[in-house]
Amino acid sequence: MTMTRPGFDPVSPTSARQVTRARRRASRARTWRAFRSHRGGMLGLVVLVVFIALALLAPVLFPPSTISVTQATGEPMSPPTAGFPLGTDESGRSILALIVWGARISLVVGLSATVMSMLIGTVIGIMSGYFRGGLGLLLNRFTDWFLVIPFLPLAIVLATVLGASLINIIVVIGITSWPGTARLVRSQTLSIGARPYLERARALGAGDAHLMRRHILPNVMPLVLANTTLMVALAILSETTLSFLGLGNPLAPSWGSILDGAFTSGAMTVGAWWYVLPPGLCVVAVVLAFTLIGRALEDIVDPRQQGGR
Amino acid sequence: MGPTADTAAARPTPATAEDATTRSAGMSPGARYALRSISSGLVTLAFVVVFNFFLFRMLPGDPIGLYTRGRNVAPEQIAKLRAELDKPILEQFLTYISNPFASTINSARFNRPVWELIGDRIGATLLLVGTAILLASVIGTLIGIRAAWKRGERFDSVSSAITLTLYAMPEFWLGMILLIMFGVGTAITPGIFPIGGIITPGVDPASLEGVLNVAWHMVLPVTTLAAVYLAEYALVMRASLIDEMGQDYLTVARAKGLKDKVVRRHHAVPNAILPTVTLIFMNLGFVISGAITVETVFSWPGLGLLTYDALRGPDIALLQATFLLFSIGVIVANIIADLMYAVLDPRVRA
Amino acid sequence: MATDAPGPALEFRDVHITYRGRDGDVPAVRGVDLTVAAGSSLGIAGESGSGKSTLISTVLRLQPKSATVTGQVLVDGEDVLGMSFKRLRALRWAQASIVFQGALHGLNPLQRIGEQIAEPITVHDPKAARGDVDRRVGELLEQVGLPAARARAYPHQLSGGQRQRVMIAMALACRPRLIVADEPTTALDVMVQAQVLKVLTDLVDELDLTLVLISHDLSVLADVCQRAAVMYAGRVVESGPAADVFERSAHPYSRALAGAFPRIGDASFRYAPSGLPGDPPFPGDVGQGCSFAPRCPVAREDCATGTLELAAVAEGRMAACRYPLVDDRADAHRGDR
Repeated sequence: MTMTRPGFDPVSPTSARQVTRARRRASRARTWRAFRSHRGGMLGLVVLVVFIALALLAPVLFPPSTISVTQATGEPMSPPTAGFPLGTDESGRSILALIVWGARISLVVGLSATVMSMLIGTVIGIMSGYFRGGLGLLLNRFTDWFLVIPFLPLAIVLATVLGASLINIIVVIGITSWPGTARLVRSQTLSIGARPYLERARALGAGDAHLMRRHILPNVMPLVLANTTLMVALAILSETTLSFLGLGNPLAPSWGSILDGAFTSGAMTVGAWWYVLPPGLCVVAVVLAFTLIGRALEDIVDPRQQGGR
Repeated sequence: MGPTADTAAARPTPATAEDATTRSAGMSPGARYALRSISSGLVTLAFVVVFNFFLFRMLPGDPIGLYTRGRNVAPEQIAKLRAELDKPILEQFLTYISNPFASTINSARFNRPVWELIGDRIGATLLLVGTAILLASVIGTLIGIRAAWKRGERFDSVSSAITLTLYAMPEFWLGMILLIMFGVGTAITPGIFPIGGIITPGVDPASLEGVLNVAWHMVLPVTTLAAVYLAEYALVMRASLIDEMGQDYLTVARAKGLKDKVVRRHHAVPNAILPTVTLIFMNLGFVISGAITVETVFSWPGLGLLTYDALRGPDIALLQATFLLFSIGVIVANIIADLMYAVLDPRVRA
Repeated sequence: MATDAPGPALEFRDVHITYRGRDGDVPAVRGVDLTVAAGSSLGIAGESGSGKSTLISTVLRLQPKSATVTGQVLVDGEDVLGMSFKRLRALRWAQASIVFQGALHGLNPLQRIGEQIAEPITVHDPKAARGDVDRRVGELLEQVGLPAARARAYPHQLSGGQRQRVMIAMALACRPRLIVADEPTTALDVMVQAQVLKVLTDLVDELDLTLVLISHDLSVLADVCQRAAVMYAGRVVESGPAADVFERSAHPYSRALAGAFPRIGDASFRYAPSGLPGDPPFPGDVGQGCSFAPRCPVAREDCATGTLELAAVAEGRMAACRYPLVDDRADAHRGDR
């Protein structure tokens, strides 16, 4: 491995930090190589990159006027034509434009909600696994209790009270889906906490926060990251559902709210399949992509089923 | 929560040192375990009730505004509500606990007691969801078993691809597609199924014709729900059985002269099926969200559609009541899951 | 069988076993010939990776699917590798059985142990009356020193030593003539080890069974078996009477292996430890010459070249070494090469 960092001598690394950095870089390269050989994971990655590109290029491909209700130019509810490759909605807007813009919302909401839930879940998970006494047990009970509450009714109740907007959806998904991560992190923390080097570090005077941040967190991260990709998939599904129920921002076309539009405008009864099929296919594609990537990462991080037996 | 990462998490923890205190009470280990489960569930239930109560009173905004938003409510109602909310919090809480389903408060939207509405609708939901879960668990488990046993072969790749795709689908979207394809009909598919409702108006539900009519109305929504549920069961069952197949006692079983099929059916599967069984019960939250959206798409008159209608209001009293009911359902399902696990796995009873 | 003298209970003829791995083929067993006379006992010793477990998994054709086996494995004169599946199932447990390690996962955690012992009986004799089967199960449990009432217990309710005894009882269920015990005491405490070994050996004597005992502990084999064979890197490197192989080893590896295990009560061990430095080679890494040469304390230059075959070093004793250690005090004489 050649290091091109100025001032760094690969022959005799001068500091512990440089050694750690080199090690981390090597392990990241190893992970990438392992991932590259995983067919499912690569397929997911390709699909994801395509959708991210679409989302980023949305304003270029379809100027905002194409998704404005008042400036729509197409015939309402008409099937695909040359000018409108995926047909139009009840206001005459191009479905294709709506979907490309929808990619932004769905991805952004899915990712931010997951970041939020991952942060909460990791912090609570590490703390509940690390503190063996009252605090740990309390946090564990709290996690279990939160797990019991059914997601959608809670999300509906919270969104109703907080108001219908995308930020609120992010918040709602974030604060209802952390328990899954917390549980995983907790069990990892418990198994790490049993290792003797933590005892030694504590004997050297390391405080709780330091131990949690410097020792437990880096060991927990790989599994958390693999789990996070799967959580993004679930977050996108949740956002789609909440938007479908009308709890999102009606002005921002996420795939879920497109389907809501289809439903409330009676697209199904007139057989307007072009309104219904594409948004759902996009959701399936992106969720599958994240699921495949997440599974590939899980296999790499925790290879229990490698090889024949 | 991905099915692959969760097979371990689905197992409840066996007895801990806490049981030392109950041991002296002379109870059998099984009874002790059951008691622990139920009391834990009751505690959770208590929290949920309290949570439900305070949720609406503690969030920003005028509670009266929430209750009456978007609806024309009679001034007597508003006065009654305001009088109610002016009472000391403790008194309000006690009133609430004594009557959590608020049979005295009328749903703002339907203008009938909330409790009555729930009673009307619950049967339809149980019919829909119950049938779907039954179908999904049987089919999903069989698929998962076969995919694991024939791991790496064509059946495994194909079924894994299909189940992963189904798992990625929003269930209501699948419902909409099926509705267009087989309810409304397209150029290539016949629209033979009804596009909504539970029964054709005018048909007597108690008659044979009524039963068949309801069954016919059930086909599309049940298919939708079952397809999405079975994906998760199949994935978990497959992962669980693959894990189990590496165990030594299976080699011992084959060494004794048993046929492969017998080894699988009598030894591997009973062990591997434990996480799936508990998952079926513990996944009720997922089932509920499916019910809400699918009932909406197919206008199925159950609790899900009721929640959607309440959402449109928004009808806070109704939302509160359905939220509580769903939470109770999940808690009860979790208790059943715990108890089932104890029945099926002797190690947990120890 | 209507023959004058009973043939060997078990015979391995030029057995090669290769695993198909992700990065190529791995030879686990590289040409093994062994014979076990009926009624006798053979111990097979070696470190992990020597191929001994893989070798005896073929006795009931239980080797993993990724393993290719050539050669012959004859149980009572019949080649197990070539027989039909139906014949194999009839042979399994009824003619030969295996005592597996009784770790928790050797028994189905959801089934009572009585049912698990009864299972092979009902498989081989579907018409057996329930009462007879139950009585036999009770008999078997008592033979291994457990009360018959324990049949109702679940595996997790038994201790390690008790579970191992259940494995022995289970192995005897269909009255086989040949018992293979694969590391039956490895996971147990020393005192329990001794108890379990006694149960096993008493039963083998009482029922006049043929026993093949696998262990990495040579001293156990020396106490229990008549003959011993030592395996290293997939080959037999020494064979002969167990006492000779253990106390007067001809092959340097056997000597080192014997020295690595203390005998209880042997005070002199403490003053003459001879541990074994280094690790056994990965099964795929074996090259030319003697596979033990890199670790051999008395290796010479030409040990790393050519091929090594088993050759007689004394009456009834073979070793695969060009410079076998021959005890001057013993009446040893070199046979032909």
